[in-house]
Amino acid sequence: MADHADTLAVEFRNIDKAFYGVKANDNVNFDLRRGEVHALLGENGAGKSTLCSILAGLYRPDAGEFIFEGTPATFKTPKDALAAGVGMVYQHFRLVSNLTVAENLALGHPKLSVHISQEQLEEEARQLGEEYGLPVDPKARIWQLSVGEQQRVEILKLLYRDAKVLILDEPTAVLTPQESQQLFKTMRQLAAEGRSVIFVSHKLYEVKQVSDRVTVLRDGKTVGGAETKDAEPRDLARMMVGRELDLPTRDPNPDIGEPMLIAEDLRVAGDRGLEAVKGVSFEVRRGEVLGICGVSGNGQRELAYGLTGLRIPSSGKVILDDEDITKKTVEQRIDRGIAYVPQSRLGMGLAPGLTTEENLALKAYRKPPFSNGPMLAPGVFKENGTKLIEQYDIRGVRPGLPIRLLSGGNLQKALLAREVELNPKALIARSPTRGLDVGATEAVRNLVLDERAKGTAVLLISEDLDELLALSDRVLVLYEGEVVGRMPAEEATPERLGLLMAGHRDEGAA
Amino acid sequence: MNDSTLILTLVAAIGLGTGLVFATVGEIITERAGNLNLGVQGMMLVGAVAGFWATFNTESLLLGVIVAMIAGAAFSVIHAFASVSLRVSQIVSGLALTIFGTGLSSFLGEAGEDPLVGNPSKATFEPILEGGLADIPVIGPLIFGHDLMVYVSWLTVAAASYYLFHTRMGLSLRAVGEDPASAESAGVNVARVRYAHIMAGGALAGAGGAYFSLALVPTWQNEPIGASGWIAIALVILASWRPWRALFAAYLFGAATRIGFTMQTLGEPWSNIPSSLLAMLPFVLAIIAMLVLASGKRARFLGAPAALGLPYFREQR
Ligand SMILES: Nc1ncnc2c1ncn2[C@@H]1O[C@H](COP(=O)(O)OP(=O)(O)OP(=O)(O)O)[C@@H](O)[C@H]1O
Ligand SMILES: [Mg+2]
Repeated sequence: MADHADTLAVEFRNIDKAFYGVKANDNVNFDLRRGEVHALLGENGAGKSTLCSILAGLYRPDAGEFIFEGTPATFKTPKDALAAGVGMVYQHFRLVSNLTVAENLALGHPKLSVHISQEQLEEEARQLGEEYGLPVDPKARIWQLSVGEQQRVEILKLLYRDAKVLILDEPTAVLTPQESQQLFKTMRQLAAEGRSVIFVSHKLYEVKQVSDRVTVLRDGKTVGGAETKDAEPRDLARMMVGRELDLPTRDPNPDIGEPMLIAEDLRVAGDRGLEAVKGVSFEVRRGEVLGICGVSGNGQRELAYGLTGLRIPSSGKVILDDEDITKKTVEQRIDRGIAYVPQSRLGMGLAPGLTTEENLALKAYRKPPFSNGPMLAPGVFKENGTKLIEQYDIRGVRPGLPIRLLSGGNLQKALLAREVELNPKALIARSPTRGLDVGATEAVRNLVLDERAKGTAVLLISEDLDELLALSDRVLVLYEGEVVGRMPAEEATPERLGLLMAGHRDEGAA
Repeated sequence: MNDSTLILTLVAAIGLGTGLVFATVGEIITERAGNLNLGVQGMMLVGAVAGFWATFNTESLLLGVIVAMIAGAAFSVIHAFASVSLRVSQIVSGLALTIFGTGLSSFLGEAGEDPLVGNPSKATFEPILEGGLADIPVIGPLIFGHDLMVYVSWLTVAAASYYLFHTRMGLSLRAVGEDPASAESAGVNVARVRYAHIMAGGALAGAGGAYFSLALVPTWQNEPIGASGWIAIALVILASWRPWRALFAAYLFGAATRIGFTMQTLGEPWSNIPSSLLAMLPFVLAIIAMLVLASGKRARFLGAPAALGLPYFREQR
């Protein structure tokens, strides 16, 4: 070890950090060499983001030792960390959405002169983008950019500060496979320049492909570390979850029934008034999973809105079990059997400030036994909560505390539990395993497949091709609001879907 | 021509609006940092009494204004401490500041052996040019006919606008008002930025208050500023958080305040309109501005800082 000392960028010794009595990091040890890509693996809630945030100066550890480039150090704020050359791209981006790309790069930079020249900033941003294969329009405002572009801005922000340690917290969760490959190239380039990269991911093949070393966290503790080339994905998975596991994929369902959820020439407006869904038609049958793929921003969100009633379609029809529900409200649709798992769990699907029990009853509370007239029945909330928490293995619930404190995977399990508990006729799910670890992904996929086995019509809208191919019976590709391809899952390959998603129509297309 | 009703009204509107210009620009700066300070009325009153007192004792207008600004800034620290450090609701802490400031200024005006109340100021702001440039038709009185503070207010507006939109600190300030978490991770000290700009807002409110007690109503009386502090908060919205628009919004209100007097000078039938009705006009304008512009989505579109009114905890999920 001693002879490596000069190449270590960061050393963490016995780090503790607790939130409301729960240990997010418990005696964690971690070291990072110069010029390496170091993967950090762990289940949802294992404490990866917490560890990264401590390094980035956002959280202060309760105990432990931190050695930066050979000398003990403390980062009290992100400013300290940035000044020392440590920067982080957070899981939930931290960009000021109505400022431009260039302004976001400049923000907080200590070496800028008092007067800010937009042109000069924009020029610098453009050059930096070219150098690292991270092209973005420096004049654009953040809200105008796709998530992939926003992520490039986040990385550029760090490079603009000349960060020597870059922490990327689940960067690929929001990227298409092609974008991920581009990101990996950039990461290798950074490492080759002598910078160190911490890469958090749940996808083992990505870890295998891009990293030099791995460290695995479980329940806030370091459970192992290895050179990537010596690590078998299977072993890593076992270390992460503490047991053997297998990602479920569908078997052909012999009981596919009659059409349950039908969209006919559906048109839905986008946020800025332009049409975002341009005449989409499909049917989902009982016991079938129809997968919808496409690069994000091609009308998936609006399609889901149109089907669930969050936005009333401008024309076309939505039919559920032979009933036209096009003009029905969200509540009426829920009553008729539409269940929805949105992409952003907090805000759209769950009420962040309410407790887990309350959230679990959020769709049923208007009716007995949850309520009697205007009065709620707290006992029933509690009973229902306890039952679902147990049945769906929702972990980290703290009684009386808001649900937003749960980790991503557990939030998702809670949301699915609530939706599935209503015995829906149709389940519409958007990227249900986005950002989830292998264990939680397994659980959520099983839940989706269980619904299918029960005869529910499932519409799975996702950008994750692995997930789509593993679960869908049929796949439909959305490009700029139109269906550009549909095929049985057996005929779909990632390459073929990737081309369609990028706008190349192929012969078999509809 | 320079004696026409229109010109006289416009000149008066500029005068009557100048106190509001300072206070509104100050509040814009504070709100742009994401802090809603409803204590403007209180800070203006504290500035008014402090400025009056300083000039009363030194006969210096310059010292009056400086002391008013220091007093306003110092007073605003109460709100900064409560809302930024203790994370008390900004609404509650701002209202408390107004209540406290109102009482404090009345008390200071009446305290001591020889109270200020009823005394005329020992010096007042007067137009700096008599004749010459000020006699040029139309632009003479409109541009050259004012007292020093009017020109200072123009400079303040220009400086605030430059500061907000073209400097590094302005960028940090706007980012903190939009998204403090992102700003902090980019290395900006959120608490420090908020403190500094609450105090800047307090200093400008103090200057605005002093303009009332040293130029508009230069005899000390309780609450010489009327409800100007509240009007300034409405003007921030009308100006959609931009300093140059604040200048014109403030003059619009100055004109509305003046309209009763103008009507009297016009004779029948205008002078028959009850003056109390006209005195309501600025407030009616304020209410309409709030109703039309302050609804959530529209306010965002106009430029309301996204994090306005929200406390910030770094380790919060
Ligand atoms: N700011 C916070 N406030 C309260 N609890 C927190 C906070 N941050 C993390 N936690 C808790 O600490 C634990 C670890 O969370 P962390 O976000 O570090 O996990 P993670 O490994 O990044 O998971 P994921 O894969 O879901 O992102 C969880 O139980 C979480 O609920
Ligand atoms: Mg995380």
